[in-house]
Amino acid sequence: MKKYTFPLGGIHINKHKRSSGLAIIPAGLPETVYIPIRQHIGSPAKILVKKGDKVKVGTLLADADGVVSADIHSSVSGEVIKIDDIIDDSGYPSTMIVIKVEGDDYEPSIDRSPDIIRDIKDDKETIIKKIQASGIVGMGGAGFPTPIKVTLPKGKKAEYLILNGIECEAYLTADDRLMVEKAEEIIIGAKILNKALGIQNAIIAIDENKPEAIKVLSELTRRYVGVNVRVCKSKYPQGAEKQLIKAITGREVPSRGLPIDVGCVVQNVGTAYAVYEAVQKNKPLFERVVTVSGDDAVDNPANYLVRVGTPASFLIKRSCSDTSRIGKIIFGGAMMGTAAVNSDAPITKLTSGVLLLNDLDAQKPQETACIRCGKCVEACPMGLRPFAIASAIKNNDDLNELRRLHTLDCIECGSCAYTCPAKIPLLDYCKLGKIELRKQK
Amino acid sequence: MNAIVINILIVGGISFFSAIILYWVSQKFSVRENPKIKKIESLLPNVNCGGCGKAGCRDFAQSCVKADKETFAKLYCTVGGQTVMEKIGRELGFEVAEHEALVAVLRCNGTCENAPSKFEYVGLKSCRMAARITTSQSECPTGCVRFGDCVKACKFGALKLSKETGMPVVDTDKCIGCGACVRICPKQLFELRPRGKNNERVYVACRNTQKGAEARKNCKVACIACQKCAKICNEIKIENNLSYIPSSVDAQKYGKQLADACPTGAIHYTGKKEG
Repeated sequence: MKKYTFPLGGIHINKHKRSSGLAIIPAGLPETVYIPIRQHIGSPAKILVKKGDKVKVGTLLADADGVVSADIHSSVSGEVIKIDDIIDDSGYPSTMIVIKVEGDDYEPSIDRSPDIIRDIKDDKETIIKKIQASGIVGMGGAGFPTPIKVTLPKGKKAEYLILNGIECEAYLTADDRLMVEKAEEIIIGAKILNKALGIQNAIIAIDENKPEAIKVLSELTRRYVGVNVRVCKSKYPQGAEKQLIKAITGREVPSRGLPIDVGCVVQNVGTAYAVYEAVQKNKPLFERVVTVSGDDAVDNPANYLVRVGTPASFLIKRSCSDTSRIGKIIFGGAMMGTAAVNSDAPITKLTSGVLLLNDLDAQKPQETACIRCGKCVEACPMGLRPFAIASAIKNNDDLNELRRLHTLDCIECGSCAYTCPAKIPLLDYCKLGKIELRKQK
Repeated sequence: MNAIVINILIVGGISFFSAIILYWVSQKFSVRENPKIKKIESLLPNVNCGGCGKAGCRDFAQSCVKADKETFAKLYCTVGGQTVMEKIGRELGFEVAEHEALVAVLRCNGTCENAPSKFEYVGLKSCRMAARITTSQSECPTGCVRFGDCVKACKFGALKLSKETGMPVVDTDKCIGCGACVRICPKQLFELRPRGKNNERVYVACRNTQKGAEARKNCKVACIACQKCAKICNEIKIENNLSYIPSSVDAQKYGKQLADACPTGAIHYTGKKEG
C-alpha cells in the first residue's frame, strides 16, 4: 500500500500511545459543570440563561455572537447556579455558566436511539443551518467554527474534502478510538459534509500506526462510493493541515493562505462525527472523547466520553490513584498542549487530552548556546530557520528580520525545540516573534 | 612606449566617458531633499527610541518639515523635551506649545511578598511568553509577570529588576517617557504620567478588575474598589472593581490624604510622606 507523507522536515517522536487499545467509556456525571461561553476562535457567545433557570441536556445556553462564533449548549440537566468569571486552565478568568447536575434529562428533540441513520435527507442549506445550531467547531484543537469552513467563499471551489484522522500527537488516542468505534458514523458525516460543499468524494487520512482504524474504515468504505482511506507515514506533524494537504494532494497552501485557496477542506474525524450526530440525530455538540494518559503518574490511562464542562480533576481522580505523583498537567497533546494552572478547569469542546506527567518529565532542560548544527532547520516542516528567528528575538525583536524569515508561517508544531541538542526553547521564540509581528498591524 | 600611451588613452578615455555618464545620472536622478530635514535631524537626540510615535529620528524630522501649524502641535520629542522642540520650532517658524514632561509609572505592586508565586513557570523567561500561556507567577490575572521584558526594552537604563521585590523599578531621573515599556508590557502595567510639580504624583498601583475578595486573595495590595478614594476626590472614577486616579487630580493637595485612606495601600504617593 502506498503511504503518503509531506516532503519537508518533520520528526519521529515517541508516541506513547498507552491508551490505543482501550474502548471509549463514559466518564459519568460530575456534581457541577462549568461551561465556558468561549470554546472557539472568535467572539464569546451571548448568554441566554440566567441564574436559577432549569436546563436539560442539549438546551441552548448561549447564542453565537456574530459570524465567527459558536452556540454553546448545556451538557447536563440541572439548575444554573452561577454565571461568573472563573479561573480556567490558563489561570485567566473566563466567563462560565455553572450548572448543578440533577438527573440526566435530554431535550426531547434529540434522537437517542443507537441505530445508524444512513439516508441523508437534508439539503445543503439545512445541513449548514443544523451544523450552526449545534455549535460545532473544529475539534482538532484550533476551534474554528465549522459552519464558516463549510460555507465556501465566493469564487472558491472545493475539490477535496480531507478528514484528518492522523492524530500525530504523543499520548492522544481519542480520534483513533472514535474511528474504530464510530467508523460508519464518521463516513456518513463525511458524506454530509460532501453534500454541504457540493463535491462527490472524501478522503480519510489515517496514520500508519493505527492498524485497527485502517482495517475497519477500509472495509466500510467499500460500501460507500467516493469515500477513500489514505494511509500516511507515521511522522510528526503529519496531522497539521498544510502538511496533510501536501501529503495527500501534492498541493501547497500559499504563505498566509487558507486550504480553500488550493481547493481543499480539512476536517477532523471528530468534527465529522459531530456533524453526523447534529444532522442525523439532532444532537448538539456537548460531549467529546478525551484521552487521559501520561507516564507512570497515571495508573489507568483511558479514553473517556466526557460532557463539556466537566472539571479535569473529575477525570484525573478516576485515572490516577495518587495525585501527589503528578508534576504537571497538560491540556492537549505533549507536543502542542499547554500546561494547566488549575486542575479544576473544565474540559471544553477542544480538549482532546489531559496528560499527567511526573516530576521528572515535567522538568525543562537548561538552555545552552546554539551550536549551529542546523537540526532545527532540517526538522521544520514549513522550511523556516528557527535558530535565526530566535536570534532575531534576542536581538531586541528585530521586526524586519522576523518578517524576512516568514515567522508568521510558523505552525507552532514544536519540531525545532524537540530536536535541538542545545535545548533552546525555539518554539517559544517563534511564538514570541509571531506575537510581536501581529502587534504591528 | 607606444603601447603605454595607447593604454593610457584608452583607459583614460573610458574613465572620462564614465565620469560624464555618472555625472549626468546623478544630476538627472538626484533626490532633492529639503535641507531642513538634515538640520532638524542634527538637533534631535538620534537615539531612535520611537517615543514620539515615529519610526525613528529621521522619520520625526521629515514629519516636522511636512507639518503645518496644527499637526506640528502634536509632534513632541520625548527625549529632547521642551528645549529641543523650541529649537525645532525656531527653525521652522512654529510656536511650540508647553508640553509636560512625562514619566513611566508602574501600576502594580505585586512583589514576591505581596503576591507570592503560586506555581512554577519553567518556559522561556519572558513576560510576553509567560503571559500568553498563563497569568503570571502569582495568580493575579493582571499582575506583573516579573521576568523583566521592560528592562530589556528600556534604552535609557531607567528600569531595573529589584532583587528583593522581583519587580521592575523606574529610575525617575533616567526615565524620559519614551513609552517603550508601555508598548512591551503584556499586561499594560506601565502608564506615562506627567511628572507633576516637585515630582509629586499619586496613582493606583493596581490594575486588577476582580472582585475585592478575589483580588485580595491573589495580592495583599490589590485595589478592592472600596470607594474610599472616590469620596475624597470626586474626579476619581471606580469602574470594573478598580479605581483610577486621573493625572488631573492635584497630587500636592490630595496625594497624602489618598495614600493614607487606602486600606490596602494600593494608592502610591511619590511626594514627601511627612506633613
